[in-house]
Parts: sequence; structure tokens; C-alpha cells
Amino acid sequence: MVLARPVKRRERPAAAPEAAKERPGRLRGAALRLALMAVPAAFFALFFVYPVAAIVTRGLRIDGQWRLGRIGDVLTDPAVLDILWFTGWQAAASTALTLAVALPGAYVFARFDFPGKRLLRAVVTVPFVLPTVVAGSAFLALLGHGGLLDSLWGVRLDTSVWAILLAHVFFNYAVVVRTVGGLWAQLDPRQEEAARVLGASRLAAWRRVTLPALAPAVAAAALMVFLFTFTSFGVIQILGGPRYATLEVAIYRETAQLLDLPTAAVLTLVQFAAVAAVLALHAWTVRRREGALKLVAPEQTARRPQGAAQWALLWGVLAVVALLILLPLAVLVERSLDAPGGYGLDYYRALQSVADSGGTYFVAPMDAVWNSLRYAAVATVFAVAVGGLAAAALTRKAGRLVRGFDALLMLPLGTSAVTVGFGFLIALDEPPLDLRASWILVPLAQALVGVPFVVRTMLPVLRAVDHRLREAAAVLGASPLRAWREVDLPLVARALGVAAGFAFAVSLGEFGATVFIARPDHPTLPVAVARFLGRAGQLNYGQAMALSTILMLVCAGSLLVLERIRTDRSGEF
Amino acid sequence: MNSRLRHAVAAALFGSLGLTTLVACGEDSGSSGGSGSKTVKLVSHDSFAASKAVLKEFTRQTGYKVQVLPGGDAGAAVNQAILSKSHPQGDVFFGVDNTLLSRALDNDLFTPYQAKGLDKVPAALQLDAAEHRVTPVDFGDICVNYDRKYFADKKLAPPKTLDDLTKPAYKNLLVTENAATSSPGLAFLLGTAARYGDDGWQGYWKKLRANGVEVVDGWEQAYYDRFSGSAGGAKGDRPLVVSYASSPPAEVVDAKPRPEQAPTGVATGTCFRQVEFAGLLKGASNTKGGKALLDFLLTKRFQEDVPLNMYVNPAREDAKLPELFAKYGVKIADSATLDPRKIAKNRDQWVKAWSSLVL
Repeated sequence: MVLARPVKRRERPAAAPEAAKERPGRLRGAALRLALMAVPAAFFALFFVYPVAAIVTRGLRIDGQWRLGRIGDVLTDPAVLDILWFTGWQAAASTALTLAVALPGAYVFARFDFPGKRLLRAVVTVPFVLPTVVAGSAFLALLGHGGLLDSLWGVRLDTSVWAILLAHVFFNYAVVVRTVGGLWAQLDPRQEEAARVLGASRLAAWRRVTLPALAPAVAAAALMVFLFTFTSFGVIQILGGPRYATLEVAIYRETAQLLDLPTAAVLTLVQFAAVAAVLALHAWTVRRREGALKLVAPEQTARRPQGAAQWALLWGVLAVVALLILLPLAVLVERSLDAPGGYGLDYYRALQSVADSGGTYFVAPMDAVWNSLRYAAVATVFAVAVGGLAAAALTRKAGRLVRGFDALLMLPLGTSAVTVGFGFLIALDEPPLDLRASWILVPLAQALVGVPFVVRTMLPVLRAVDHRLREAAAVLGASPLRAWREVDLPLVARALGVAAGFAFAVSLGEFGATVFIARPDHPTLPVAVARFLGRAGQLNYGQAMALSTILMLVCAGSLLVLERIRTDRSGEF
Repeated sequence: MNSRLRHAVAAALFGSLGLTTLVACGEDSGSSGGSGSKTVKLVSHDSFAASKAVLKEFTRQTGYKVQVLPGGDAGAAVNQAILSKSHPQGDVFFGVDNTLLSRALDNDLFTPYQAKGLDKVPAALQLDAAEHRVTPVDFGDICVNYDRKYFADKKLAPPKTLDDLTKPAYKNLLVTENAATSSPGLAFLLGTAARYGDDGWQGYWKKLRANGVEVVDGWEQAYYDRFSGSAGGAKGDRPLVVSYASSPPAEVVDAKPRPEQAPTGVATGTCFRQVEFAGLLKGASNTKGGKALLDFLLTKRFQEDVPLNMYVNPAREDAKLPELFAKYGVKIADSATLDPRKIAKNRDQWVKAWSSLVL
């Protein structure tokens, strides 16, 4: 920590010149922020606001006239109110359950050293990228008819809300572990130790020192889990059965099946309103808590567990991970190997030969791996560039405009994929922006979902960077850019790695919008899995499972590589 | 310093990876993109498939290259085409079926064109024979499939008709799909509406419900997770499932050696017919190529390629079925049908009524 040396303030002769100096500085700060915001703002205006506005307008403006009466009709429909109520409470319950289950996990991953930790951290992220059809099916194998619970205790949870909630924990565990754990690992444990030396009990020290420091990250994680579960689609359909519907399901039905655009438009607006309310609540709770923190290298904070309690915690977390995450994943792997003539790699071999035999697909399914990787890499570059710039612009406390911008960046998480997919189609259809046949639509749509993760992972850490460090750099003559590069970047490098990992994983797993825009001759892995699964026959099913397993491996492998890049650079701390 | 160097290398690597991708993909779309006259753009749903060799044959015969554009599932693809009709995505649309045909025609999606070879297609499939806005390309049947082993073990005759399904002998055996979200689920509902009429179908579903029909959301869950006859997936608990008449051949296509009989059978009195059409999109940039493609879709070469790629039957009477279909498939003689206009008029309210009745 080179810059932490105390900086001598230069003596100033009088107060007046100092105030005069202050103003241009602030102006320059505002100009810099606007410049930083320009790229993300343009990206969002073009690839989110414009397409979504186009499809909503198409629904509400008929023959040149606004039909806002539809809003009232839809909002007073009891069926819609039921859906809204269910959507809201299941998301709140899922978020609470995910936090309860995953926060101990975040602690364990942040503070304990144990063999296989890095691998396990990559593995818990795998559910995140799995197509819900596949993961839902694995969950059914455990919770449904003839599943593990059923054969052991005669308990069936399918078509119950519990199945939905547990599956949401399965999918979002990594969000909490990575977002909260990322910051937790960098919190200086000596502060808590100091509190204890001063006489605070362990709990009090944690509550007064660690918890407030973690609050922004916990809130960010809760926000993302809430948005993800609020817009849950596949999990609800597969595990909830047809009796449960979220707004997302309703929007899909109205848009893609019934072509009732007015209703879909109103539901989209309702979803926006709900998401905006949640964002406002989030901003309100977080704003007062964010402050500079002393960040240290994660390697300094993690150690082997000591004492029975810590070992018990570690084993408890590992048991939860094994039951809730590894077991369903193992079911998929088992099915991918369960060939007619006994266990073997038959399905994997079949994946390579499909292209020459029937030509059912335009490309060998293994090519889907490459497509996915390429799309995800481009999407990650987009997401990190856009999200990173946005986070840098949002770092400093600022006025309403900036906060609104912050909220805008989160909206894609709360927007139905079908709205985005259809919006792209009808908005980006004229030169100079006729992108409909272009491959770039896929990474663009994927980046939209990735950006919120980048912003939310980076922001708590960026805001935690002590601004005095920047000022010190400025005093020492560094330009703002140089100050950012020398002060912020080294400290947030780890968060950048986490963010890139998230963006990559999200892009890899994105299905809802990709299925509308990925060219059939360039399917991504989830799209290829869905194609196999849409056909009868053991070989198709087996290949779907094999491809899903490959998707898991690709995801875990990429995350491990990203983590490797990250840890290699931790020497700068 | 060393670590900063590594950082730079990592960034450069990442950047160049992105750049190569850009270049690679850019090249790729450059060769097939553009409104140039040598490419025909085919917009379709995600189950469209054809052999490479057959598409090459088209290029050899006509000089046009086919570029396929995606559109989600069958319903979503049609809706996309309607939404983008002022700037159509491509030249030809394939995959609108009789349950969605009226919506497409009412929205004036297609330019009339009478494809060559239409005379070889049975009149029953030509649902727009007066104007030729759409060309029938294939058809398939949605039927109840049964698990042969289950019924053999129980020494129970499998059901044959819709009426059979309400009998106590078949209590708690059937799993079907949500008519609001699944295309086979909707087809099965339409089949009951065709068989029992506007006033009768709700009564039938009440009986079916009393007899323990289970509804899941999609075909994948019904077929792979709940149906006991499918070899893939979990060992399901229901020996009857709403699926396709072509599912039994699909069950044995990869079996080596092929069994005497498919492990699943079809209840032939429970079927509803889906006919799939293609049409020349209004405002197509390559009308000539589009017409050539429509002609090609009805050639014997393409038609005989259809079954093994999309698991449906060719529309042409004289197209030869592959051995797999001839041996393991069934010909459904009396599949139920409904006038597309009637479907368009009633479908939303039927689905609503069905949802409140069954779910």
C-alpha cells in the first residue's frame, strides 16, 4: 500500500483562494462523470430503452392514439392482481431464504482456507448458467415423484411453493457468495478484533463492525436475487406446475403466444414500476451506509478454521452446498452417462457425429460450445466496459440524475427476455441499425443482463475506496485518470474479476432472449440443449444432458481461469 | 511491475479474443448477409431442420443460398413475423400451423404464390386453396402415447379413444401439457373441442379431471419427467402422455439393434392434426428466390428429407416415408381437425375456460 503514507498538507495562506480553487475542481469532476456516463448511457439508450419503448408503444399506441385505458383494465383484473401478488411474495421469500442459506457460505468462502475452495466457488456458480429446463428437471429428480425425498421419506415437494423457493436458492446461491463474499474477504479482520479487544462480545463486534461494512454488499446481493426471482420464468413453470405464474410468465404468454401486445405492454410497465420501487428502496437503505472501508488483500484474511465452532460452520456450509447444489448437478452428470448399454460416454460421442449423420442441426453440437464461448467473451467485454464505466461514474455521491442512471442500469434484470428479444426485432430493423440478421445482437442482449452484475459488484468496492487516497494522489500531482489507475484499479481489481466472471456466466447461460436472436446455424449451448430436449428419444435426451454437463464444465472452467487472472494480480495490494 | 505486466497481458489476451471473435463472426455474416440476390432468407421456428445435402441441392439447382433466421417456438415465430411485417426479417416464412394460420392470414403476412408440386398435396391439407397465400409443407398428429410395457404387465388394453381416457380403468394414468403454454397441450384441447363440440368439451374435461388427469407445463416435463414409456429422463409414473404420433419412431431411431416394436404406442382415436405451412413474406427483398424456395419445399427431395429431420409427415402424397416411419409409425386415418377461422375465433376463450376448469 504505497499511497497510504500520510500526505503532508501544504500550508495555505488564506481561505479565499482555496475556495476559488475548489469550484473548477468540482466542475471538472462533473464533466468527468458525464464523460464516463456517455458510453453506458448511449449503450442503454440504444439497446435497451429504444427497443423496449418500441414494443411498449406498439402495444399502447394504436392507430396513432394512446390507449391508456388499457392500463386500468389490466390493473383491475383480479387474475393479474393474483399474479402480481404471487410474483412479489415468492421473490421476497426466495430472497430471504437465499440470504439465510448463503450468507454463512459467503463467510466461509471469504474467511476460511480449505482444500478445493477455489474449485467449489466455481462450482456453486454453475447453476447460474444452467438452462432452467435442465436444472428444473434435476430438481424434480430429487423432490418430485420417485425422487430422493420421496423414496426416503415419502415427501414430494414438486408443484409446491417449497420446490420453487429451494430452486431459487440453488440458482442464486452464488450471487450472495460472490457479491458478499467478495467484499467480506477484503474487510480487514483487525477492526473486528480491535472491537473485541476493547471488550465487545463476538456478536456485538460482528454486529457493530462487520455487518455495517457488509451492508451495501448484502443489499446489492439481495437486490439482484430479488430481481432474478421476481422475473423467474422456467423454475416457476417446471417446478410450480401450471398453477403458478409470475409476471414474467404472463408477459411471455401475452407476447409470444397470444400476441396481446396491449396487455403485455401494461404488464411490462407494471414490472418496471415494481422493479423501480425495489430499486428506490435499495438506494434508500444503502445510501446512508456506504462509506470508505479499509480493504486488504483477501489472502490476508482467510485462514484455516480454528476451534470446534468454526469447523462445524465449515462442515455445515459444505453439507448445504452438497445437498442443494452438488446433488442436483450430480443427477445431470449421472444422466448424461447413463447410456442404454450401461454407463459410458456414448452420448458425448454422439454429440460429435450428429453433424455428418442426419444433418438435423446445421452444426455439430460441439460447435455450440465455441459459439457460446465467443458470444460470452464478446458480451463480457461489452458488459465490463459499459458496467465498469458506469460504476466509475457512479462512485461519487451525486444528485438525482446519477441515481436515476443507476436504477436504469438495473432495469434489464427486471425486464422480460421476450420483451427485449421482440423489442430488438422491431426497433433495430432499419438502416443504419438493421441488426436483425447480425450475430452481434446475441452478445448485446447478453451484455444487457451482465451489466447490472458488473455495476453492483464493482460499486460497493469502488465506494469503499477511501477518497483520501485519491485526493492524496491528486495532491501529489496525478491526473484523475492516473489517480484512478493507480488507486482505484488495484483495489478493485478483484471486484473486476468477480464482475467479469458474473458477466461471463450470465452470458453463457442466457436463454430467454438468445433463443429469439441466435441464428440456428450458430446456436449457443443452452439453445442447443433446448433443441435436443424438444425431441423424443433416448439419444436426444442423453445428448441434452451431455451438453448440459459440458455447459457446466465450460462455466466452471472459465470461472477458474478468471479467478486465476484475479489472484495473480493480488500482489498489488 | 511484474504484476502490472501480467495485467496488461491478460487485458490484451481478452481484448484480442474479443477482436478475433468480431472478425470471425463478421466475416461469417458478411458472406451470407446482405439483401443480395444470391441469398434467400428463411424465417422459421427453432424446430426447423433440414439435411445439409438437401439445402446444398437447392443451391446447386437455383444458385440461391438459404440463410435460416430464428424465431423462438412456433407461436413466437409467427408473432415475430407479424410484428416485423413492415420490415420483414426474410423472404420466406416456414412453420405457421393451422392453429395459428388465421392470425397470420388476418395480418396479411403473405404474398400469394402457387408453388409447383401443389397438385401432389392432398386437398385436405390445402387450407388456403382459394388464394394460395400459404403452401402446406408437412403435417403431424398430436396423440396420446402409451407405455406398452405398463399395459402388458397390467394385462390391460391400452386406451384407443378420447372416451376411453375417462374410464375408471385408466384413472390417474394420463399426463398432458398446459394448453396455455404448450403447443401439444393446445392441440389436445382443440382435439377435444373438435370431437365434443363447443358445448361438450368442457364436460369431457370435467370427466377427465375426475379421472385424475395431471397437467404439467411443457412437453419436456410431461414426456421426460412424468411419462413412464420414454427411455430418456426420469422413470416417470404415468403410462399415458399427450405427445406426437411420431414419438414411437423417435424412441427407436438410435436403438441398436432396432427392436421389433417401439416401446410406446399411439392411441389412434385421440389425435389432432397439425398442418405446417410456408409462405412468401410481403415485402420480401428476394421475391424470386423466395418463390424458388417455396417450390423446392414441395420437391420430392425436400419432402422425403422432412420426416427424419422434423419428425412430421411430408405433405406430398408421393413422397416415400423412411423405413423407420414405415415400420414404427402409425397412419392416423381419422385425426380431428378444426377450421382455422374457428380456432382463431375461440382459442383464447377456450384456453381461459380450460385453465379455470382444469388447473
